[in-house]
Amino acid sequence: MTSIEFQSLIPLVTIAAASIIIMLSIAVKRSHLFVNLFSLVSLGLAFLSLFFVPDTTPVMIAPLIILDKFSFFFIGLIFAASFFIILFSFNYFKQQEGDKEEYYILLLIATFGSSLLAASINFMSFFISLEIVSVSLYTLISYLRTKKNALEASVKYLILATTSAAFLLFGMALVYAGLGTMRFNDFAVRIAAPDTHVELAIAGFSMMIIGVGFKLGVVPFHLWTPDVYQGASAPVTGFIASVSKGGMFALLLRLFISIDVYQYQALVHTFTIISAASMLIGNLLAIRQNNVKRILAYSSISHLGYVLVAFLAAGSMAVQASVFYFVAYFISTLGAFGVITLLSVKEHDAEDIEDYRGLFWSHPVVAAVFTAMLFSLAGIPLTVGFIGNYYLLAAGVNSSLWFLVVTMVVSSVIGLYYYLRIVTVMYSLAKETNEKLRRRTFTFGGGIALTVLTSLLIWYGLFPKGILLVIKSIAGI
Amino acid sequence: MILAWLIIIMMIGGLLAWLAGKWNVLMCRWIALITLIIDFIIIIAIWVSNPGNIEISQKPEWLIEFTTSWIPQFGIDFHLALDGLNLILVSLTIFLGIISVITSWTEITEHAGFFHFNILWILAGITGVFLSLDLFLFYFFWEVMLIPMYFLIGIWGHENRVYAAFKFLIFTQASGLLMFLSILALYFIHGKATGVYTFDYLQLLGTSLSTSESFILMCGFLIAFLVKLPAVPFHPWLPDAHTEAPTAGSVILAGLLLKTGAYGILRYALPLFPQSAIAVSPYAMVFGAIGILYGAKLAFAQTDFKRLVAYTSVSHMGFILLGTFAGNALALQGVVVQMLAHGISTGALFVIAGSIQERIHTRDMTQMGGLWQEVPGMAGAGLLFSLASLGLPGLGNFVAEFLILAGSYQVSIGLTIFAASGLIASTLYSLMIMQKVFYGKKKKVWNIKDLGVREMIMMGAMIVVIVWLGVFPQTFLNTARSSVNNILQHFTSRNTKVETGSVDKNNLFQKINFINMIDEKRSNSMILTGHEKIILRREH
Repeated sequence: MTSIEFQSLIPLVTIAAASIIIMLSIAVKRSHLFVNLFSLVSLGLAFLSLFFVPDTTPVMIAPLIILDKFSFFFIGLIFAASFFIILFSFNYFKQQEGDKEEYYILLLIATFGSSLLAASINFMSFFISLEIVSVSLYTLISYLRTKKNALEASVKYLILATTSAAFLLFGMALVYAGLGTMRFNDFAVRIAAPDTHVELAIAGFSMMIIGVGFKLGVVPFHLWTPDVYQGASAPVTGFIASVSKGGMFALLLRLFISIDVYQYQALVHTFTIISAASMLIGNLLAIRQNNVKRILAYSSISHLGYVLVAFLAAGSMAVQASVFYFVAYFISTLGAFGVITLLSVKEHDAEDIEDYRGLFWSHPVVAAVFTAMLFSLAGIPLTVGFIGNYYLLAAGVNSSLWFLVVTMVVSSVIGLYYYLRIVTVMYSLAKETNEKLRRRTFTFGGGIALTVLTSLLIWYGLFPKGILLVIKSIAGI
Repeated sequence: MILAWLIIIMMIGGLLAWLAGKWNVLMCRWIALITLIIDFIIIIAIWVSNPGNIEISQKPEWLIEFTTSWIPQFGIDFHLALDGLNLILVSLTIFLGIISVITSWTEITEHAGFFHFNILWILAGITGVFLSLDLFLFYFFWEVMLIPMYFLIGIWGHENRVYAAFKFLIFTQASGLLMFLSILALYFIHGKATGVYTFDYLQLLGTSLSTSESFILMCGFLIAFLVKLPAVPFHPWLPDAHTEAPTAGSVILAGLLLKTGAYGILRYALPLFPQSAIAVSPYAMVFGAIGILYGAKLAFAQTDFKRLVAYTSVSHMGFILLGTFAGNALALQGVVVQMLAHGISTGALFVIAGSIQERIHTRDMTQMGGLWQEVPGMAGAGLLFSLASLGLPGLGNFVAEFLILAGSYQVSIGLTIFAASGLIASTLYSLMIMQKVFYGKKKKVWNIKDLGVREMIMMGAMIVVIVWLGVFPQTFLNTARSSVNNILQHFTSRNTKVETGSVDKNNLFQKINFINMIDEKRSNSMILTGHEKIILRREH
């Protein structure tokens, strides 16, 4: 291994090492505060080290992973998201009984797996990193196993995740049988070669859609989403919604481009249907929910549907639009789950919509932040979600995907309804302000995280110029 | 930069008022008021320093223009510009803003800080809509004004406020997104044709579109504007929103939000898609005329004071639709006056409805009656604005409706007769307000106060404006003339280009006739320039 390769790997190595050190530290002495701070510091350092990687990128490590600007961008995004989640987690876990330290190990391992996923260019590394994420998540979801629904959620996730992984593996096997390679970069060449079985490969890719679709939680592979979102503890839900989807999203984008999906009508149609169904079904099912976590689960289904519109739009604008939208989605989702986490008490998470009644009048700042996050998810101006929405629609219109674009407009109007429901409850003039809410206090770390996320939300909503330049520079994968 | 400041001052004032409201309720009211007064002084200073009769040129000419790059990657500029038309509308915005702050002085007691934040941000959004010349910026402001309005209705509204707020937001958001799709499509069509990807209004004006493209895109714009206006099949959100909103909300909704729809048609729908606009104009005029009568009929059937006034808005907006699509200078001048007159007269009626409700805690007119003896001052103001609403000569609405009808007469005599009968209907409902509320027998022994000094000043200011509009409409007509002519010129010159380049002489003479009625000298010069332009085009 050359020194350049090693230098490029430093961010990933830092995270892996951090999880081992925490594991060892637990053997010596359990300290929640130390573990929390240590994970924060190591994630922070890993994030900073991304800015010092050698300029000679892309660096290929074996034929397994590639560390180019695109990977680093997503790795940075994933690190930042984990960083925020750990900030939110401290107070949440402090009030729980039992051991809390292993939570951070699992979180770091899952973060590592997700980052690896974003850098994978081979079926091998793809599958291994996917399993690293999944196995950590099985445990994370039921980490507070005495909580209502936690075990149910975990088992549901376990069964469905393994089933979909089986489909994924079988799909990979078929692709390998058809094309004789597992490297993304070779697919295009091999498909064009005369001695390959393209039909086998297409069958394989179709089966892989199941595995990928499951992880992203798009219709019709979405059934786990609401239950798992509800059952998992709030910070873990935030993690599933952001980090675990982020890695898979980056991989899918890479795969899409490397096999040039746009020349296969069947695959394009499949994704068109998945996208439209996710948008509509996600938003429609959210309307009748009274559990905020479930609402956000359905909302995430529809958001992944939106992102697929940009995927299908083809061209350089498509990559930029979907990456930008994902950044917007990261910020708003993390913020929303951050608020839920901070408002949660020992006995239960703040997930019932009634928990939020009159929140604005008792805790104006938190409620305003939550409103901003929800508005961003709904795509209202002054937030980054608006620019994201604009970008997606622009990409769709540019490629004349009228069906998807109109579906998106219709479903975002439906979406607006249920975001506004939460907002309306928060702003309702309740005669007696919720006593439970009144005694909630907020920690320094959580406050900082929310401040940063809200500032980003508004800053990128008003002045997206800077981040657009960055995205443009990484989009040429 | 002064234009950007108009908006920024309101936004900062809103934030300050919100903060101040935590400590002192009175302070936030004063902050809001002073903010708006500063803006009002600025806009009036601009108006006074740019008297009307601006030279008519072929290019749109802006009194003040401000451009700075915003998101260069997408060709989005922060481009604001002021001409006569939006000068009038921005002045109206700030004027009614002041009125709505004053009218809420005692009405809103809960969370006054946040209330004034919302008011100022709605006004900032509306001002942005009127001033922006970049389509993306326009849509941005178009959305910015919705959310605070939603809060205004949803938090401080009356009994059924949440339903009304949802309905308002869903209607406007859905139609707004359709417009956004049209904007994007226009952006890409223009970009692909010329290689310049921009949202700039002036550049997009010249985009050449096929007939079907132009028609579909215009529909996107038109639906958003017709929902906002509202024109008759798209009006169901209006009565609920207007009735449930607090007084200040109703004033802003009726006085300003509806005007953004009318302004949108004038500024965007007509000049961007002239051929299609001409194609749909007969239908639009029919819907306008239907709206006049239908709104009046429904108004007549109401017992809720605010709901009645809300339906009169539907009726008055019918005139705006009729006049806009009549497509001649006379009617368009009428539309401008109508926007102002309706803003003032309906705003004043909502203020009166609000102050009655504040005193007797009901809007039900069947429980009122005989209020004249109790509140003579309010009743006098009520009489004046009811008469304005029915179109009494000497008050603003008369001038407006007369000009519109005179303009539409040139286009369709039948429709004009039909629409003019709306004036009779408006007489019915306006007099009904007076009969049921202020005249008649007393139903109860009222023990209520007449208008206080604060309310008197407010009413006085509105009366001055509506009388001024009625007696010296020329002040406003002069200011708006050049922009109206610009819109019209764009409309007609593009039109002749499409019609195989032949100059329709009858049309031209007809136009000369109309405009002569307003101002002989000016119109001649305008027609000449228009004529030369057409000839030049043919030579090319």
